[in-house]
Amino acid sequence: MAETMVFGVILAGGDGQSMEQAKQYQMLGNKPVLVHTIEKFYIHKRLEKILVLCPKKWLDSTQNMMEQYFPKSNGRIVLTESGTTRNETILNAVRFMEKQYGLTQDILFVTHDSVRPFVSYRIIEENIEYGLKYGVVDTVIPSSDTIVYSEDAAKITSVPKRSIMYQGQTPQTFPAFMFKKLYQDMKEEEKAVLTDACKVFVLNGEKVHLAEGENANIKITYPYDLKVAESLMIP
Amino acid sequence: MLNTVYRLVAPRRFEVAFSDIDLEARQVIVRPAYLSICHADQRYYQGARPIEVMKQKLPMALIHEGVGEVVYDATGTFQSGDSVIMIPNIPTEQDNVIAENYLRSSKFRASSFDGFMQEHVAMAPDRLVSIDSSVDKVVAAFTELVSVSVHAIRRFATIAHSRRGVVGIWGDGNLGYITAIFFRTMFPDTRLYIFGVNQEKLSQFSFADETFSVTDIPPDLLVDHAFECVGGEASQRAISQIIDHIGPEGTISLLGVSEYPVPINTRMVLEKGLRIFGSSRSGRDDFLKTVALYHSHPEIVGYLSNIVGAQLEIRTIADMNKAFETDIHKSIGKTIMIWNK
Repeated sequence: MAETMVFGVILAGGDGQSMEQAKQYQMLGNKPVLVHTIEKFYIHKRLEKILVLCPKKWLDSTQNMMEQYFPKSNGRIVLTESGTTRNETILNAVRFMEKQYGLTQDILFVTHDSVRPFVSYRIIEENIEYGLKYGVVDTVIPSSDTIVYSEDAAKITSVPKRSIMYQGQTPQTFPAFMFKKLYQDMKEEEKAVLTDACKVFVLNGEKVHLAEGENANIKITYPYDLKVAESLMIP
Repeated sequence: MLNTVYRLVAPRRFEVAFSDIDLEARQVIVRPAYLSICHADQRYYQGARPIEVMKQKLPMALIHEGVGEVVYDATGTFQSGDSVIMIPNIPTEQDNVIAENYLRSSKFRASSFDGFMQEHVAMAPDRLVSIDSSVDKVVAAFTELVSVSVHAIRRFATIAHSRRGVVGIWGDGNLGYITAIFFRTMFPDTRLYIFGVNQEKLSQFSFADETFSVTDIPPDLLVDHAFECVGGEASQRAISQIIDHIGPEGTISLLGVSEYPVPINTRMVLEKGLRIFGSSRSGRDDFLKTVALYHSHPEIVGYLSNIVGAQLEIRTIADMNKAFETDIHKSIGKTIMIWNK
């Protein structure tokens, strides 16, 4: 069996009224957020290619963006269409790989939110390392806030012990074909409550290893986040 | 590419900031691996520099001694994965007479701009020197300090008169120890005497011909030339002792940094016709010479490993503070940060 091939998979399926409004295309400093995020993966030698998944309507303009910012990428950045949900997008990535490399090649995905441009080299490196060693990896930070559990959104059902609570970040790393198999076997109602990829493995009884994230690895969700990010940039 | 920079913003306080590294520019992107703390970093960390200096320099990433790994090279000079020593001096002009480390226009990491406490450092290819895997990277981390000694010894070779029967080194700290190791290697036929205050430290100079306590130097002892590696408040006493024990037309190489002006017995400098020259920092040629000596005389790396003090893994800002605090309480030795950011 050939050595496991490791791919960066950037999930840029976030939609918006216009491309300028979609968070992954907003400018941070003098580059779009998506470009910053791809750059963090681009310098990792162990990553065969970086697969970027974005809405079909923006494929062409994203392609132009890649040519502008990565003129020497030599086919290392590959674009394809995202799906309707996060996991459907990942499934598209798996299908894309099947076409390119067949089903027998071991492929590890390091999937990452396109709107987390502050991910560090170490986090990506440890995801690759643990992924090759343990299979499935989730990036987390200890929860700094107390998490409150409420079943009816009106009253507290319970307050879990904070020291065993973590906040999920990305990357999430896993073998591509294992994801496809487990995900496709899930019932539609199970699929409906998935918020991330690691849950697919947890629900199927697979062990998911933790990688240490960082506070700075923020997700740019609100306009406020972009302002915070801008304020941390050295002029 | 967004790059995390860990800057000192006030005494004992580090904060993150982000720079944007241009992947298309003709530069090499290096990930620091082992960083070594210097007295100069400590003076900023503890806020021991004058307040106006602190105001002018901070916020700034500290550390100018380190070894790293190439992760991306748009210039094609290095392979990714190569271990490289990072040169902190950045010349901005060429001069055929004056060395790069003395050009007033040169910039210096962790003094004129951000040092190596960063996720990645973008550097010109000529500011990096490859080392092979046989060299201990923990030792390679403080090559900058070592290259300052090598620089001073190379200048000594061109400045000092040719009678080099006995050379004395004043100072039994890190700088004295490093200078002694390299002097021994570069001038194996010269008798080497070490002058210090601490018997325990002096006993580490096993490769020297003799060691002396500065309170107990035989009155008739003479050296042909001397290196001052003391610095600080004891500089004056060391220089005065050197002047007493040096032969006529001898050369005194000053390496110790002092915050205050030091009075010197100029009458005796004139009578003996002495030459006093100062050395500070180093340039690319000194790094190349130092690394060549690591490779040709591997025992040097072994001797240098004797002065490695604490080694601390750095994953968080709290770890950075811990490393600097540990470094304050050491008696001798270099504190090394195993950089995992």
